[in-house]
Amino acid sequence: MILSSPTRTTAATVAPWVAVAAVVVLAALSLAVGVADVSLAQLFTDPDGQTLLLLSRWPRTAALVLAGAALAISGLIMQQLTRNRFVAPSTAGTVDAATLGVLVSLILFASAPVMGKVLISTAFALAGTAVFVILIQRVQFKDVVFVPLMGLLLGGVYRAIAEFFAYRENLTQSLGTWMNGDFSGVIQGRYETLWLAGAAAVVAYAFAHQFAAAGMGRDFATGIGVNVRRVTAIGLSIASFTTAVVVVTVGAIPFLGLIVPNLVTMAIGDNLRRALPVTALAGAALTLGCDTLARVLILPYEIPVGSIVGVLGAVVFAALVLRKGNRYVTA
Amino acid sequence: MIAVDGLTKSYGTATVVDGVSLTLPDAGVTSIIGPNGAGKSTLLSMVSRILGPDAGTASVDGVDVFSASGREVAKRLSVLRQDTHMTARITVRELVEFGRFPHSGGRLTPDCRASVTSALSYCDLDHLAHRGLHELSGGQRQRAFVAMVLAQDTRYVLLDEPLNNLDMAHATGVMRLLRRLADERDKSIVLVLHDINYASAHSDRIIAMRDGAVVADGAPAEVITPEALEDVYGMPFTVHRLGDDLVASYFR
Repeated sequence: MILSSPTRTTAATVAPWVAVAAVVVLAALSLAVGVADVSLAQLFTDPDGQTLLLLSRWPRTAALVLAGAALAISGLIMQQLTRNRFVAPSTAGTVDAATLGVLVSLILFASAPVMGKVLISTAFALAGTAVFVILIQRVQFKDVVFVPLMGLLLGGVYRAIAEFFAYRENLTQSLGTWMNGDFSGVIQGRYETLWLAGAAAVVAYAFAHQFAAAGMGRDFATGIGVNVRRVTAIGLSIASFTTAVVVVTVGAIPFLGLIVPNLVTMAIGDNLRRALPVTALAGAALTLGCDTLARVLILPYEIPVGSIVGVLGAVVFAALVLRKGNRYVTA
Repeated sequence: MIAVDGLTKSYGTATVVDGVSLTLPDAGVTSIIGPNGAGKSTLLSMVSRILGPDAGTASVDGVDVFSASGREVAKRLSVLRQDTHMTARITVRELVEFGRFPHSGGRLTPDCRASVTSALSYCDLDHLAHRGLHELSGGQRQRAFVAMVLAQDTRYVLLDEPLNNLDMAHATGVMRLLRRLADERDKSIVLVLHDINYASAHSDRIIAMRDGAVVADGAPAEVITPEALEDVYGMPFTVHRLGDDLVASYFR
């Protein structure tokens, strides 16, 4: 039956395995790299090594996988629901709104547990993203590139508000850590909230078909009996929650949710049920790779992983905008 | 039967569809014709619940289109509209699988797969099943959408200007396919058409609209007449009988 486009089909079948292999290799590398001079074998056999593994190395690697996968999936869902390839947590104001939320929870309820911070931050992220979505539905853009530009602008407004209060409350430094992901502080007991983002990813997978239908357009989705409004609300809630969890625990990784879904769907197409797991794995792999790089570039010091992904992401983002010749023009 | 009662839609002071009441049969090909702005597409959009009406009701085999759950309606009525912004890079087969959504909620059963496969071969798309939708020609893509509607397996199929941007060979191919669906699969095909001669050649019934109201309704022989057409379009027509076809001429 497969007579045409063999390359595309091959890419789609091979991609998940390549992604799994990349995550396994990079996770092993991530476990092996660190200031303490321990080999990968010693981590599992040597008693001191085991302690190091349990307290520091494993939590960090797990956090990288969870945060990377979660942000990439959030981006994919947002792109699908808004039908715009440039929309992601960092280009739709979601991250900035989530940050504002954490700040508010910190100022108003200083002693709130992590979960409380996550929920308040989620509420802000969702409201902030909803403003963005309503705006892009109301305003007619001549060029799709204006959509993320407006998201960045809106995000700038949220951030300005956050900075105003952070300055007054002496919290500008914390603001920086939420905006720019850094995993150097991740140890046992300080990353477990991220498993919630993992759980949200599983929920997202269950809705993949509905997101895909909504991504085909309102009329199309209505025709096959999908309630677009409801599905959009669910999708944006998942993306907002996930972003909030990541912002609260390790800080956002800029552009990750933008570039990973784009690169994955370019390679294997837009079938969401297939693209979703690959996007999660690719997000994890990219985060692991960049973090390992961040740890070895200026040993024994570290660069925040957000900076490395941010530089990479900005380049890919620019490339995507410039090669908008084909499928990126929808407006 | 699709029952439409008093459907009305206005934009500002302009009433686009003005209290239209009609019934659409549960079999055969029904074409809706009329000049631009007559309200054809707006009427079809309301019946397919893409657009909410200002007044009036529409029901499909007794199920109210506007209050029933989306999935219940989608099991009875499928909609094919102009894909103006198709940007998704999916394969033909993946598109057709969307047609099974109202039945399976996205998780394809073996029955679903069988019906997708048979829809693809019915529309002569087996060899294109794994091709990306964006790689197809306009006519092939339109056939893929028809296959999706076929997989949705509804009694009623509503199509809004399915021949737009198709050359003659593809347009005729799509019309033949729709005619075959009505004859062999017992479907009721309702379509908005601009080309009155395609309507004449393939329809069992033609509904003509003007200014938001139905002005002629009947078999092609009753509607494809110089008098009726002049009344609808406000310009002179001559009608010729060529073989089995009534052909309207209006080019000079």
